[in-house]
Amino acid sequence: MTSRGLHFSPRRERVTAGRILAAAIVWLYVLTALLGPWIAPYGEAQISAEPFAPWSAAHWLGTDQLGRDFLSRLVFGMRNSLFLALAITIASFALGGSLGLLAAAGPRLADQILSRLVDVFMALPALIFALMLLAIFGTGAAQLIVVIAALDATRVFRLTRALAMREAALEYVEAARLRGESLVWIMGREILPNITGPLLAEAGMRFAFVFLTIATLSFLGLGLQPPAADLGSMVRETATLITYGDFTPLIPALVIAILAGAVNFLIDGYQAQPVPGGDDG
Amino acid sequence: MGEAPLLDIRGLSITTAAGAPVLRDVHLHLRRGEVLGLVGESGSGKTTLGLAALGHVRAGLARAAGRVWFDGEELFGIPPAQLAGVRAARMAYVAQSAQTAFNPAHRLTNQIIEAAVFHGLMDEKTARARALADQARLGLPEPEKLGRRYPHQVSGGQLQRVMTAMAMQTRPGLIVFDEPTTALDVTTQARVLLAMKRLLAQSGAAALFITHDLAVVAQMAQRICILHKGRIVEENATEAILAHPAHPVTRNLWAVRQAQRTARAGGKTLLEARNLTAGYGRGKDILHDVCLRIASGRTVAVVGESGSGKTTLGRVICGLLEPRSGTMRLDGAPLPGLLRQRGKSLRRRIRFVHQSAETALNPAHRARDILARPLRLFEALRGAALAARIEGLMRMVELDPALLPRRTGQLSGGQRQRLALARALAGGPDLVICDEVTSSLDKVIQREILGLLARLQEETGVSYLFITHDMDTVRAIADEVIVMAGGRIVEQGLRDAVLDTPQSEHTKRLLACAPRPQPGWLETAASTAREQER
Repeated sequence: MTSRGLHFSPRRERVTAGRILAAAIVWLYVLTALLGPWIAPYGEAQISAEPFAPWSAAHWLGTDQLGRDFLSRLVFGMRNSLFLALAITIASFALGGSLGLLAAAGPRLADQILSRLVDVFMALPALIFALMLLAIFGTGAAQLIVVIAALDATRVFRLTRALAMREAALEYVEAARLRGESLVWIMGREILPNITGPLLAEAGMRFAFVFLTIATLSFLGLGLQPPAADLGSMVRETATLITYGDFTPLIPALVIAILAGAVNFLIDGYQAQPVPGGDDG
Repeated sequence: MGEAPLLDIRGLSITTAAGAPVLRDVHLHLRRGEVLGLVGESGSGKTTLGLAALGHVRAGLARAAGRVWFDGEELFGIPPAQLAGVRAARMAYVAQSAQTAFNPAHRLTNQIIEAAVFHGLMDEKTARARALADQARLGLPEPEKLGRRYPHQVSGGQLQRVMTAMAMQTRPGLIVFDEPTTALDVTTQARVLLAMKRLLAQSGAAALFITHDLAVVAQMAQRICILHKGRIVEENATEAILAHPAHPVTRNLWAVRQAQRTARAGGKTLLEARNLTAGYGRGKDILHDVCLRIASGRTVAVVGESGSGKTTLGRVICGLLEPRSGTMRLDGAPLPGLLRQRGKSLRRRIRFVHQSAETALNPAHRARDILARPLRLFEALRGAALAARIEGLMRMVELDPALLPRRTGQLSGGQRQRLALARALAGGPDLVICDEVTSSLDKVIQREILGLLARLQEETGVSYLFITHDMDTVRAIADEVIVMAGGRIVEQGLRDAVLDTPQSEHTKRLLACAPRPQPGWLETAASTAREQER
C-alpha cells in the first residue's frame, strides 16, 4: 500500500514552556492592538507635553519630537502595523493561493504563463521593487497593502503550486474530473483542504516578515503617513536621541523583534511530520 | 530437535497504546536455514510479528509480554546499540513496496552496500563485488549498469530483486520478507519468487516469509503458520497444511482460490469500440487498433501484464484520454472521446473505480460527502431524499451507515474500496470500469469484493469492464475475456473458451503464472515467464 507521504498537522503533544510563552506574547500583542484606544494614556496624535520630554510618571516613555506621548504612539503604532500586516497577509494568500491552485490544477498553459510571470517578479529585489512602486503610486495604507501583498503573493504562489501539484496527481482529483466537477470545485474543495496545514504555517511566517517589511518601509518614510503612528517611523523620527545615550528609539524596534520571534517560535509547532505509512499485516 | 533454534519467540504479546491486542501469546521457532511461511489476512498481525522477530516494535504499539531469542540473545533485553549491531550483521528485512523502501536520491549499488560498509562489516570493494555477484545471481541483467541507476529508473520487479540483494549483502542468518511480491504482476512475481528461492537455498539463510497468498508461500516455505487476529491458529509442514487444512481460517483462505461463477453469454450491446488507437502526449501509440464490445449486465475482463495497455484502454473508454483514431458507441449513440464533450448523463452512465481507494478517496472528506457529491450532481437529490439514498448505498455495499461521519483515512482498506464502489454506483451507471480494484487487497477481502460486485450486477444490471492481471480474479468475475499484450488484443472470447483452451502464447503464460500450490509450479511458471522477457 502506498503511503500518503508527509502530513502536516500541529504537533499538539509537544506543548513546551517556550511555546506557551510565545503564545502568551502573541496574545498580548493582539489584545493590545484590539484594546489600543482604551489602553493608551493619550490620543494617537495628541500633543501633551514639550518635545523630547524624559521618562516620567505622566509620560512613562517620554514624548517624541512633537511632544506626543511615546507609549501611546507605541500602542497605536503596534495596532496599525498589526492590522496592516494582517490585511496584507490575507490579501497575499488570497491572490497567491488561488493562482497557485489554478497553476497546479488548471490547464498547462495557465501554469506556464503564471510561473514565468512569477519568476520575473522574483528576479527583482523585492524591497527595491516595492520602493519603486510606492514612489509611483504614492504612499498610504491602501497602496502599502496592494504593493506588499502583490510582492508577497509570488512566494505564496510557489508554495501553493508545489503543494497542490502533489495532490493534483492523486486519483481523487481524477475521480472528481470524471464526475465533471468544475475547476473551482477541484481547487477549493478537493485540493485546498489537503494543503491547508502547511499553508497556515507559511501564513504565520509571512505575517512576521510582512510586519518587518512594513517597519522597514516606514523607517524609510514610505509607510503610513503622519499623523498615524507607526513603529518604523517612530524609530526614524526619534533616532537623534541615541546620540545622547537614550535608548528610547530602540523600543519600537524591540517590539517588532519580539513579535517576529514569538510568531516564528509558535509556527515551529506546525511542521511536516511523516506519518508511518502502510497497513498493519 | 538436537540443535537450538535460530529464532525462538516465546509467549509474545503486543498491544496498541490503547491496550487492544495485536499479537496474543505467540510461540514460534525457526531453525537455521529454514523458511517459515506466515500467512494471514490484513490485520492479523503478521507484519507486527515479522518486525518483532527483528526486535522491533512499531511506534504506537507496545510489547506486553514475551521474549524473542535470536541465536542466544534476547532481542528486547539487550541495549539498542548492541541490537543495531546484531541487526546490521545478521538480520535483514525485505519490504512490500520497494519503491518507498529505497532512497530516490542515491544510486542502487551504493544503497545495497551502505549498511555493511557503515557498520564496518566489510570494506567497500568487497561489498561492491558481492553486490554485483548477488544481483547477477538474482537474474538482474547487466548488474554494473543497473547498479549505477537510481530507483525510479528500474522496474518494480527489478527493484524488488535489488532489495533482496541488499538483504543478502551481509549474509544474514535471518531474513524477513514482508509481502515481497504482492505489488508485482503475476509473471514478474513468478520470476522474482524463483530468484529469491534460489538465493535463499544457496546462502543457507533462514527466512520468515509473510504473505496473504497461500499458493505463493507454498512454493517458498517448508513450514507454514496461519495467523488470525494475532494468534497462531495452525502450524504445520507445508505439504500437510495443503493436504489437510485443519482450522476453519485455513480452509477459508483456501476456498478463496476456488471462487468461480458461471459465465453468461449474449446480452444486448451496451458499448462498442472500433479500431481504437491511443497514446499519451506526442509519444508513440500505446493502444493499437483495439475493438471490443461490452454487453449490458455482463462483465468483460481485460487481462495483461504491466505495460500491456489495459489501463490505457480503460482510460480511453472513460474519457480521460482521447483516442487518436477509432470510434465508440454507447447504446448505439456515438460516444465522444473527450470527457469535456460528454454531457452530464454520459458521465453518469460511465463511471470509473481506481486501483487504490486510499488515494482515490479524498482524505479530507467524510464518507458522507464522498457519496453525497455524485448524488447531488447526477440525481439532484437534496435533504431527506439524499440522506436516505446515502444510507441505501452504504447498505448496498454492506457498509454500516454508522461509518458515514468518518473521514476516509479512518476506514480500513476493504471498507475504502467498498466506499469507492458505492460512489461509482451513485447515480445508477450503466458501465463501471474497474481498474485493478482488488489487486492491493488480501485474498479474503478480494473475494468479498468480487462477490459484492457480482451481487450488485445482478441487482442493478450494471456492466463491468474489469482490468486485472490475475487469472483467478478473471475466473471469479468475468463473462468474457480480452487478453492484451503490447497494446494489442491478442485473444478475446467467452471466458471458459479463453481460459480452458488458450490459443495465444500470452494467455498461456498468464495462466501458467497464476500462483498454484502444487510443487514445481514456480519453476515451470518462471521458465515460461522468462521465455518472453525482453
